[in-house]
Amino acid sequence: MARAELTQDATEARIAALDLPKGGKWATSARNDALARFRAMGLPARRDEYWRYTRADALNQPTATEASLFDSRETMVFDKVDRLRIVFVDGVFDAAASDDLSLAGIEIERLATAAQADIHWAKDLYGVLETRGQTPVKRPFAALNSAFATDGVLIRVTGAAAKPVSLIYQRGSTQADAILHHVIKLEKGAEMTLLENGPAAARFNKVLEVDVADGARFHHIRAQGRDHERRAATHIFAQLGSESQFKSFTLTVNGILTRNEAVIEFTGDDAVAHVAGAAMGDGDFHHDDTVFVTHDAVNCESRQVYKKVLRNGAVGVFQGKILVKEGAQKTDGYQISQSLLLDGDSQFLAKPELEIYADDVACSHGSTSGAIDMDALYYLRSRGVPKKEATDLLVLSFLAEAVEEIEDEGLRDEIVGRLTGWLARRGG
Amino acid sequence: MLKINNLHVKLEAEDKAILKGVDLTIEPGTVHAIMGPNGSGKSTLSYVLSGRDGYVVTDGTATLEESDILDMEPEERAAAGLFLAFQYPVEIPGVGNMTFLRTAVNSQRKARGQDEMSAADFLKVIREKAKTLQIDADMLKRPVNVGFSGGEKKRNEILQMAMLEPKMCILDETDSGLDVDAMKLVSDGVNALRDAGRSFLVITHYQRLLDHIKPDVVHIMADGRIIKSGGPELALDVEQNGYADLLAEAEAQ
Repeated sequence: MARAELTQDATEARIAALDLPKGGKWATSARNDALARFRAMGLPARRDEYWRYTRADALNQPTATEASLFDSRETMVFDKVDRLRIVFVDGVFDAAASDDLSLAGIEIERLATAAQADIHWAKDLYGVLETRGQTPVKRPFAALNSAFATDGVLIRVTGAAAKPVSLIYQRGSTQADAILHHVIKLEKGAEMTLLENGPAAARFNKVLEVDVADGARFHHIRAQGRDHERRAATHIFAQLGSESQFKSFTLTVNGILTRNEAVIEFTGDDAVAHVAGAAMGDGDFHHDDTVFVTHDAVNCESRQVYKKVLRNGAVGVFQGKILVKEGAQKTDGYQISQSLLLDGDSQFLAKPELEIYADDVACSHGSTSGAIDMDALYYLRSRGVPKKEATDLLVLSFLAEAVEEIEDEGLRDEIVGRLTGWLARRGG
Repeated sequence: MLKINNLHVKLEAEDKAILKGVDLTIEPGTVHAIMGPNGSGKSTLSYVLSGRDGYVVTDGTATLEESDILDMEPEERAAAGLFLAFQYPVEIPGVGNMTFLRTAVNSQRKARGQDEMSAADFLKVIREKAKTLQIDADMLKRPVNVGFSGGEKKRNEILQMAMLEPKMCILDETDSGLDVDAMKLVSDGVNALRDAGRSFLVITHYQRLLDHIKPDVVHIMADGRIIKSGGPELALDVEQNGYADLLAEAEAQ
């Protein structure tokens, strides 16, 4: 049997295991389109260029593999932050655990509710940014998500949001297969901070589409939950208007499989987009950051800063691209991906790409793998800092460039506090 | 304070002897200087004493107040009171100078069974000590040694020494890369720490530093051994006549 037919069978089996949610006109149309897109591209396979380093098997199979719950006995990250809490348990909105969804400067609706309407503002964005992000690289799990997402939030930001909106993904079952889709529309000059945390589900598929209008500012800080056996495929699709700003940081600790894709497109001039990630894996850990930044406007600045700390056979993947289209002059593009390998068993696979069609641009990229700096370790120890603490300090030092991408000092301290705590509790 | 007896050291990576029988006794409250031509083993001696990897002790002993330090981890030696001011202080991006110093101070206190210093107390002490070394608040906040000038790095070493209050201080070419004013500042910092219970071993190429930090004893090291010891006048002699005569004299013996 031809390979194509095998893939087709697998794709149909994946579709058959899910129910297309019922909804109003706009949502039904968006879902049908997405289903057609997904069918046309099919599930990813090893031969796909962007799936060479990450095996999609567990994401491809019709049902989620069981994943045991991880009880860390820690308070959750961002607990001290004044924020509007929206809680999902195994991918289902939990009204009782969530705050009231009203906040000055912002409108929040559940996708499950908004999808019942016949007309909604989200129709111009839902699945639309995702579709734009399917070229030139196909992202089948994002199309699958747009078709089958059962819930999520639709947020329209008209002014400055009074406080951060916090999406909390809790787990209750060992087998939940959650699909969430969020759309955020920041109108001209609007500003908001989105927080995300929690392990979400045994298998989690999430899409976040963000439209940042002229002069608007979007801040995103995410801490992916520590459940060792969970699997996740997430996508961020963002479109930036002129003089807008987009900043996204992701912290990942543990997780047998995480694929985080970020697809950013500059459509207006003088905009800024920074995407960053810090990941720490010990043992059965596979973490993949796949990033695609498209400059299609003048004088925009993009930064990709990804750092991974790997030990005991953990695997890190980075596939990052900067595409500068013809006419996107004065582009300032920067990309760095680095791994700190704490032993000889771990692996880092990186594929940095630059593709430039404009002649007046500054783009740089770097990718490195290295061990702990022995001179720095000796220096710290010679000052009386024991080996383990000294190593932890150097791990934090290594991650710093990514963590420093978090603008808000309080939120940055939250993340650093997490990292410090985890490192301290982990044995030698 | 520090007693080194017949110390023989070779490189771990290659079978090359660097120290070939060093004998040195430093009494409490005294300042000893070691001078010597390049490659004589001066820096190796400081590394071996502070516990850097890459060296193998093949013979001899080194004790700090009667404890054998050669079997200790670097952090244990530090807690026991040994401090090395580095010739090339290491840059550590992403770790604030203040965090680093507080971690170091409290690690040592913990190792000695003392209570940790509170953040407020620490701040008070460090501000005072930083001021005398002309280290401003910005330098304390910045990542360890990152973007520091040569002089700032050396002043930062002395600040660490002042905060950690070691008993035995080894200064490895602390004068290298310093201009006249910076050398005075660093020397003043060192002199302020001189007291009856603290000893210094100053490794230098130039007599100039010894004008500021006045030694009690000067040793000349060559080919992995101390070939001559004397008073401060020995340093002046070297400055004027070089090492040739001393080396020839040692050869003849």
